[in-house]
Amino acid sequence: MAGIPHDHYEPKSGAEKWLAKRLPIVGMLYDTIMIPTPKNLNWMWIWGIILTFCLALQIITGIVLVMHYTPHVDLAFSSVEHIMRDVNGGYMLRYLHANGASLFFIAVYLHIFRGLYYGSYKAPREVTWIIGMVIYLMMMGTAFMGYVLPWGQMSFWGATVITGLFGAIPGIGESIQTWLLGGPAVDNATLNRFFSLHYLLPFVIAALVAVHIWAFHTTGNNNPTGVEVRRTSKEEAAKDTLPFWPYFVIKDLFALAVILVVFFAVVGFMPNYLGHPDNYLEANPLSTPAHIVPEWYFLPFYAILRAFDGDVWLVIAVNWLTFGIVDAKFFGVLAMFGAIAVMALAPWLDTSSVRSGRYRPMFKWWFALLCLDFVVLTWVGAMPTEGIYPYISLLAATYWFAYFLVILPLLGVIEKPLAQPATIEEDFNAHYAKPAASAVAHPAE
Amino acid sequence: MIRKIALTASALALCAGAAFAATAHSELEDIAFAHEGPFGKFDQMQLQRGLQVFTEVCSACHGLKFVPIRTLSDEGGPAMPEDQVRAYAAGLSEITDKETGEDRPRLVTDNFPMSGLEGAPDLSLMTKARAGFHGPYGSGISQLLNGIGGPEYLYSVLTHYEENPECAPDGIDGYYYNTAFPNGGVPDSCKDEHGISTVPGSWIAMPPPLSDDVVTYADGHVADVHHMAEDVTAFLTWTAEPKMMARKETGFKAVIFLILLSTLLYLTNKRIWASAKGKKIA
Repeated sequence: MAGIPHDHYEPKSGAEKWLAKRLPIVGMLYDTIMIPTPKNLNWMWIWGIILTFCLALQIITGIVLVMHYTPHVDLAFSSVEHIMRDVNGGYMLRYLHANGASLFFIAVYLHIFRGLYYGSYKAPREVTWIIGMVIYLMMMGTAFMGYVLPWGQMSFWGATVITGLFGAIPGIGESIQTWLLGGPAVDNATLNRFFSLHYLLPFVIAALVAVHIWAFHTTGNNNPTGVEVRRTSKEEAAKDTLPFWPYFVIKDLFALAVILVVFFAVVGFMPNYLGHPDNYLEANPLSTPAHIVPEWYFLPFYAILRAFDGDVWLVIAVNWLTFGIVDAKFFGVLAMFGAIAVMALAPWLDTSSVRSGRYRPMFKWWFALLCLDFVVLTWVGAMPTEGIYPYISLLAATYWFAYFLVILPLLGVIEKPLAQPATIEEDFNAHYAKPAASAVAHPAE
Repeated sequence: MIRKIALTASALALCAGAAFAATAHSELEDIAFAHEGPFGKFDQMQLQRGLQVFTEVCSACHGLKFVPIRTLSDEGGPAMPEDQVRAYAAGLSEITDKETGEDRPRLVTDNFPMSGLEGAPDLSLMTKARAGFHGPYGSGISQLLNGIGGPEYLYSVLTHYEENPECAPDGIDGYYYNTAFPNGGVPDSCKDEHGISTVPGSWIAMPPPLSDDVVTYADGHVADVHHMAEDVTAFLTWTAEPKMMARKETGFKAVIFLILLSTLLYLTNKRIWASAKGKKIA
């Protein structure tokens, strides 16, 4: 693999040479696992491993669950109860799978916000970022379809509401909705195609993860300083980096183990905490739940969807300018997808020459506000659309767009960045005394 | 032991959203069930008493269609002797055999019957379907800290039948006033100008199912309304989550193991990095 200069795998024994000539797989694995990694990576760089673990956990538990699940509207709900009651360890598999989705999304949000703060999306890592965004979209699709499979009340009505969003597209919306559902309403055809795609997409995600890793192994990892690893010589590169194995593998595994303590406590003691109780009622097309709420990980974007109602002047103006083609409902759908689109475009919207938020005094505050904004959106997404909540949604949704479309481009122009360390080695040495050389005292920062 | 907690309209609107926003408030009681908390276990005798209440009272209308009868003898459940479970199954309504198409007595391998009365919900999962985040007690934080959820809700509904309030002395014909039931109808005379109910709870179709000594417990336990409600609620918590004790045990083992693993990995990590970095100075 291209990238940071380092020692490559050399086949030694006869068998190794024989294989290397025919299939250089050992060398490829060696280069992947031994990739020079900036040695100053902090604890926000662990989420990649957590996410890989989540994907594996979901695929493995999912494959076993499928062995006992029946994708039919009359049988799906009771087959899930069969898993919970009769299948050996079935209750554990299902709770791991359901809560695994939540862990997956917690990790992906922290991973994304890590990238947003340290400027990991900036050149030359735009492709890594875009692939990551595609993975995130696919995760959302997979999670949504997975939630439909137990065929509870919230499964059914969630599917009805979300596919209804596509119906808001002018002209062709209704046809698209029918095509997605496989009929005029959510029914057996819908359940079957969602089941099929829920099984397929994780493998597409796995392939994209490989490409995601390939991309950043080509550019090298970003790091908290945003300063690139020196690539002029192997010796200089070695001063900035350490091999992924064992340094970062062990570090990440430690982080994973700590996170799993919390995860298994949730699975063992409060496995339904993050789910919706209504999903323990069998789907009933004749009875609409009083309050249809998506799973927590969709709430921020659900809030943006609902924020732009027909009373917002921007929506009224757009409606008038497009001769009614873009009505309030379609505007909301555009806003929801737009919220993710502007995030995906961050590499081109951020004009600052400095990569890491650590050296951007003004950016820090706007970014902190964005984190708060995300929390507020998550919260308000679960609230009813009455009283003060619509105003909070609108304000929070507006900030989300303002951050990417106005603040990021402007900051690069008006902000005076702080001095960055010249090398990663310098940053690392500023934090840690040289090993076995305690006499060398560094002034604390 | 029993704290009486009345929910205010604002707390409900804030936490439970539109589901309960139309209701002023409903009254729920916190019960210290034996199965609560990370180490809580089902009380076997209580589950058996609960089964008796279910069989003699609830099962007249309600079913448990997801619950296999044989699980009554499971460890971590009522743990009844197998011959007793066989006799119990035979005493239930007949079932149409899938293969022969003929009616035959129920076997332990069959499930409990379905609800006999139209409109009476199946109770297999009721404590889970009425628990949690948007559940009766509002926010998930409260559920987490107070352990209030579906069981408390069911208990409260069973015990909170009251005389019609002053605003509607005649109530709603065919319905019963229940201060814990949030989702039923409320007469217009009990609503303020915004259509918000001024009384706790609402009107429910189910007549008060329990009265003192409606059941004579085999173990001689006191059979007043509160005890019966507690017992049957505990039983229904088991029907909804029959593997709860095994799950908690697994969770406990996993947490202990992972804490140990984390400690070892922490030390390994420290050792590995020792050659690359010295003492932390900033």
